[in-house]
Amino acid sequence: MTVTAETPPIVRFATSPDRYRHWTLEVDGAVATVTLRVDEHGGLVPGYELKMNSYDLGVDIELYDIVQRLRFEHPQVKAVVVTGGLDRMFCAGANIRMLAQSSHAWKVNFCKFTNETRNGIEDATANSGQTWIAALNGTAAGGGYELALACDQIVLVDDGSSAVSLPEVPLLGVLPGTGGLTRVVDKRHVRKDRADLFATKPEGFRGGTAVEWGLVDAAVPRNALAEEVARRAQQAVRTSRRPSDAAGVPLTPLDRKDEGDTIVYPYVSARLDRANHRVEITVSGPNDAPPAAPASQGADYWPLAMTRALDDLILHLRTNEPDLGIWVVRAAGDPARVLAHDAQLRELAGDWFVNEVRHYYKRTLKRLDVTSRSIIAVIEPGTAFAGLLAELALAADRQYMLEGVYEDRDEDAVPATIVLTPSNDGDYPMGNGLSRLGSRFWGRDADLAAARATFGRPLDASAAAELGLVTVALDDIDFEEELRIVLEERASLSPDALTGMEANHRFVGPETLETKIFGRLTAWQNWVFIRPNASGPNGALRRYGTGRKGDYDLERV
Amino acid sequence: MSIDSRTGAAPLPSGPLSRVDYSERIPNNVDLASDRRLQRALEGWQPKFLDWWKQLGPALPTKDVYLRTAVAVGRDGWAHFDHVPMDEYRWGIFLAERDPDRKVNFGKHKGEPAWQEVPGEHRADLMRLIVIQGDTEPASVEQQRILGHTAPSIYDLRNLFQVNVEEGRHLWAMVYLLHAYFGREGREEAEQLLKRNSGDLDAPRILGAFNEETTDWLQFFMFTYFTDRDGKYQLGTLKESAFDPLARTCEFMLKEEAHHMFVGTTGVQRVLERTAELMKRHDTDDVLPHGGIPLDIIQKYLNFQFAVSMDLFGSEQSTNAGNYYTSGLKGRWMETRRKDDHVLLDATRELRYVEDGRITTKTVPMLSALNLDLRDEYVADCANGVRRWNQALEDAGLEERLYLPHEGFFRKVGVYAGHHITPQGEVVDEAGWNARAAEWLPTPEDREKVASLMIPEYEYGKFAGWIAPPKTGINDQPVEFDYVHLADEGLI
Repeated sequence: MTVTAETPPIVRFATSPDRYRHWTLEVDGAVATVTLRVDEHGGLVPGYELKMNSYDLGVDIELYDIVQRLRFEHPQVKAVVVTGGLDRMFCAGANIRMLAQSSHAWKVNFCKFTNETRNGIEDATANSGQTWIAALNGTAAGGGYELALACDQIVLVDDGSSAVSLPEVPLLGVLPGTGGLTRVVDKRHVRKDRADLFATKPEGFRGGTAVEWGLVDAAVPRNALAEEVARRAQQAVRTSRRPSDAAGVPLTPLDRKDEGDTIVYPYVSARLDRANHRVEITVSGPNDAPPAAPASQGADYWPLAMTRALDDLILHLRTNEPDLGIWVVRAAGDPARVLAHDAQLRELAGDWFVNEVRHYYKRTLKRLDVTSRSIIAVIEPGTAFAGLLAELALAADRQYMLEGVYEDRDEDAVPATIVLTPSNDGDYPMGNGLSRLGSRFWGRDADLAAARATFGRPLDASAAAELGLVTVALDDIDFEEELRIVLEERASLSPDALTGMEANHRFVGPETLETKIFGRLTAWQNWVFIRPNASGPNGALRRYGTGRKGDYDLERV
Repeated sequence: MSIDSRTGAAPLPSGPLSRVDYSERIPNNVDLASDRRLQRALEGWQPKFLDWWKQLGPALPTKDVYLRTAVAVGRDGWAHFDHVPMDEYRWGIFLAERDPDRKVNFGKHKGEPAWQEVPGEHRADLMRLIVIQGDTEPASVEQQRILGHTAPSIYDLRNLFQVNVEEGRHLWAMVYLLHAYFGREGREEAEQLLKRNSGDLDAPRILGAFNEETTDWLQFFMFTYFTDRDGKYQLGTLKESAFDPLARTCEFMLKEEAHHMFVGTTGVQRVLERTAELMKRHDTDDVLPHGGIPLDIIQKYLNFQFAVSMDLFGSEQSTNAGNYYTSGLKGRWMETRRKDDHVLLDATRELRYVEDGRITTKTVPMLSALNLDLRDEYVADCANGVRRWNQALEDAGLEERLYLPHEGFFRKVGVYAGHHITPQGEVVDEAGWNARAAEWLPTPEDREKVASLMIPEYEYGKFAGWIAPPKTGINDQPVEFDYVHLADEGLI
């Protein structure tokens, strides 16, 4: 069986340590050790064996779970060591047979998710006081080295044979697409000519050269590896701001109900409209005022519960519902309660748990930003697009706001308003480092200032339209018909062109490591993936392991 | 206050607090009274339409005119005749009866139920088609606004005004579709229909022929014959549309269009009858001194109007036309009577074009040449009219005949654009063209000659000397009926 449009496996992203097949997590005081020992027969899809610690989406789903749990359930962990559980093998990267048999869409989605997880690892180091250290007990090839690159530090065993390498170009005719090319030069500052040598040398470089060129931070003999890693871990522990005595917040199993074409979580629901190729997503505000001590509510703390549900829904829809190309997003509930939580998230930002919630929501919004779906926000009476929830509307490609009320349905309703707060202006930055408001008004400082001047004030449709916060404000006579036509029109356009167009419009302004990875690296990789030189019958990816190399069309394009 | 039985009732008094009842003011079969969207749209649009009508509608002041008003869509009695002050004309909104089982008859949606709403996928294209059609309707009113000053008779004046108010109603029909089905964008487009004006350099009408001046009555008759006939054929393709409200609207518009054809056909014929009579009586081609329009000038007017009307069909090869067809937006003339698969993916046809200084043909995909398909139908119809006119010449015992010029003559659009083709279909160079253009196209002197005959004749039953009276009047009224009451009684 292959992963094709005909037989797509339904992927679930929820897991927990007791179900891991590929990873172990050991916590020893302030240091956690995460060990990869892939179950060869534990592939998500039949058709390949996960030899030599190679991974597929299933392996990476577990890694994502670990990253999340370390942040929420283990506040005392200040350093995380990631290492390989096989002899002299750290990780061989993404499984080639899996890639070779996968549909284009599957490959693209897989790469996106693995990229997001690696960005999450960097986010833990940068914003959580949880420093990741790669302890390369053996060879780290391709995606294995890219995983190490996401860590703050890389220590390689110097045994005369273990190496770091990016063999994708010479062996597979594709790119190291999980941030490899980008991080070698942008993060580790390897000279570009050396990076070029490195990325075309299938066997990579061993200890000495790897250190000299900056590909790793240290290379130590096998018997000194544990000590060197421990030393670095302790150093990281000493500089971490994470509390030593706080109780963790268990990420309890998600309460998700799938009934036919509806998916319901607490605070998030989705209705799948297959005929029209769209999903109607509603994110709901909290039912109560915020608690005095957020951590006391644990995973039920509204911002966390809402974020977890949204995160799971995004991943589910992206992976399992590729035909639903339009996401219509609404927010429902009491804006006052949303704003109370919004304020609390800011006031208590120094609290380790609130900090984690904020960054988790930030990462989830970033997922939305790089999602290859058209996102349309609909703002009607009963809306709760305020503060952090208004970020969802700003993340959308377009915003449609009802002016007034639906007179035929509920003429006594209160017309919709939206409320901006500092949440929209830097608390949850995009991958380009800008706020969504800053991105919206890039190069229009006066408009940005005008929007900032409204913080905390409810804005009705005409005010929102005047300020440029919504695409269109229409009254009930036009609203629904306009929306129907817009959504139908959208559904009739080329999904490929839309994906490219949306990705270009969403990210204005400066380039960052993230925008380069999701823009330049990913776009090139996705182009390379569909070229015959990679995925044609004689392409390198297809031929890998057959004893024959790829036959290339030598025309440069 | 007495009600004049001939002018109909005055509008109901409406004080500052009374809302205009548009469903009362606007005869309709679209349930206007209960359609909030439409009422709102009309509240904004109707005053602007009336302003436009007063500024750019017929310039000759009239008290009232004996007009046909559409009041229903049934087979019998869809129209009502009465004397009506023109700016109180009840521009109605009528769609042909709905067939609940109507299917899409062609293209990739063939066999599916016709659409009662605009599919989002086709909004832009449908709106474009409706806007282009809508733009032509007020344009011709603007082009003809000063003709009333030179009307050859009260009978002809009435026909002019009838055409004008019906073009106005056709504008209403298109505006109805824009308002009812295209939301805010539709309303904006509806407003633009009044803002573009014929011949306005800053905001001209969309299609070239609708920016040409209508200088005189001969051109008016040629216009109603050739250019309105283009409209008839365009409506005929839209009548096939999968978008049912458009199809039904155009189907009913075609009913009224027949009158415009009638005005053109009989108008030119009556001019010819008079010319033939004078030629015969004075045994000369040069009937101008005797108060008639010379036959060669009539031919030149015909040449000109035919050519600019041919341009309205667009390029022979058109991707848009093919897409419209495949998508179900616009069919072919008499689509359902055609004996083919109505999908046309494999069909081809011959296309005439100019290569190396001569006209030759090539085979092209039918889907790419649907504009040409429609134009060929149109040309065949035009040829019928010319035959009928020639009958008048024959009946008068004359040898001379009118003819349709070659399809490539004086073209600005399509495969012949940039080439010089004579009315007989010879390809000539620029010098050859310039040397003889005055033989084929009306010169300023020709137009002046015609203009010199354009003296108004407002006496009931009397006709200017360059045109023969009609055989019968309108709606069984006599020819000398008081079809128009001019505002300034002193003129009569």
